[in-house]
Amino acid sequence: MTDMEPDETVDARGAACPGPLMDLIGAIRSADSGEVVRLLSDNEQSLSDVPEWAEEAGNELRAVEELDDHHEFYVEKA
Amino acid sequence: MTEHVVIVGGGTGGSVLANDLADRLEPELDAGDVRITLINDDADHVYKPVWLYVPFGQREPDDGRRPLEDLVDDRVDIRIDRVTEIDTDAERLESMEGDDTIEYDHLVLATGSTLVPEEIPGLADGGHDYYSESGAVDLRDELLSLTEGRLVLSVVGTPHMCPAAPLEFVFMADDWLRERGLREDVEITYTYPIQRVHGNPHIAEWARPIMEERDIDVETFFNAESVDPEAETITSMEGTELDYDLLVTIPPHAGVDLIEEAGLGDDGWVDVDKHTLEAEAAENVYALGDTADTGVPNAGSVAHYQAGVVGQRLASEIRGRPATATYDGKTLCFIETGMDAASFVEFDYETPPAPAPPSEKLHWSKLAYNEAYWLTARGLL
Ligand SMILES: Cc1cc2nc3c(=O)[nH]c(=O)nc-3n(C[C@H](O)[C@H](O)[C@H](O)COP(=O)(O)OP(=O)(O)OC[C@H]3O[C@@H](n4cnc5c(N)ncnc54)[C@H](O)[C@@H]3O)c2cc1C
Repeated sequence: MTDMEPDETVDARGAACPGPLMDLIGAIRSADSGEVVRLLSDNEQSLSDVPEWAEEAGNELRAVEELDDHHEFYVEKA
Repeated sequence: MTEHVVIVGGGTGGSVLANDLADRLEPELDAGDVRITLINDDADHVYKPVWLYVPFGQREPDDGRRPLEDLVDDRVDIRIDRVTEIDTDAERLESMEGDDTIEYDHLVLATGSTLVPEEIPGLADGGHDYYSESGAVDLRDELLSLTEGRLVLSVVGTPHMCPAAPLEFVFMADDWLRERGLREDVEITYTYPIQRVHGNPHIAEWARPIMEERDIDVETFFNAESVDPEAETITSMEGTELDYDLLVTIPPHAGVDLIEEAGLGDDGWVDVDKHTLEAEAAENVYALGDTADTGVPNAGSVAHYQAGVVGQRLASEIRGRPATATYDGKTLCFIETGMDAASFVEFDYETPPAPAPPSEKLHWSKLAYNEAYWLTARGLL
């Protein structure tokens, strides 16, 4: 378990792709530099989408947690 | 006691539903057991797909307008008014005109999408769009005077109305400029927020090679952060900057504020059960069309199918029977691939889309549908 405290959580469980990634992008857009956004997604595609986008945009994917029925992604805004 | 069904929004979903219910509940309406009110903030019904053709000089904005009075069944009370507040506990609405409170027994929200270009600094000044009537008219002037330089089409956010429309615009622009002998002098660039050219992987796979073949440059992972109207540049969150001579964008979308204020969902989209279309947060409230957050595209065909489902469910509820009709995610879209060819896709929650090979016949089918739309809105098709 990560002990990171997110500044914001986006719950995109149940959303089809590209919903979760777009929800994350929206939250990062309004976050301040250094803030951590946590994305909850049960879409498998997010496992590749989120790291790829984080790298492209220069934000840091700090942790990925695997839970019973979804993943949690912690992304820090650059 | 008379049961009152109130529909907010007289666009595609709201109008089809009003006509569907008038037909279905004819005996109850005649007996005075049911009353249907349709509230819309414009006396006209607006058919938005016409706007795609306006910049190319192929349609006039008026082709997309008809008075609601002419389209909606006489047994439905039409109220031209803007709803300003929803109280789902007390089951009533406040509105702008008149000082009466509107009480409902069954509420359907079909308020559609609004554009929020102000979310991106500089976008309202630097960008053009064909997602509003005035935008489409302004863009027509700009497009007509573009003889060289760089045309950038940027999809700023999703969800947005008609996910096919950005592809259609660049395919049509490419063909239109070729026909006018200007294509060699105008570069076209298409940007999309994720790593593909379309949200749906099947449609993206189909569209990408067509773009390559037609020399349409592509920038993926491009989330517009700001536009500089003076310097004529658009910059992404990912750090890419593009110069433009004409910037056409699909601006960020939102639903209407009163939905969030009523606690029915974020950003103006109503959280619903994606099969029954019932609001998650309140009793006796349905949402359909763009405003219902189901994950399917914001398309008129979706609003149309969903109206049929809500119509059946409401009729059952009013008659004291269990409501059994459900929405399966069905979506139909024609996709223009040029000025005289189009493709077609059909899909649902279970079945992915498989775009049909573009043909002239499908293009004419799309144009024929645009004409026949007025019969759809009336509930005849
Ligand atoms: C350029 C373009 C091309 C498109 N092409 C296609 C296509 O080819 N095929 C397709 O299927 N779809 C297409 N669409 C999408 C389609 O137009 C929409 O998805 C559809 O109109 C959604 O229907 P709706 O009933 O949810 O909302 P709308 O038709 O937008 O209607 C909402 C209505 O609610 C009213 N309203 C909002 N708030 C209030 C309030 N507070 N009080 C009272 N009234 C209110 C609005 O004024 C409006 O009349 C296109 C859209 C655009 C912009």
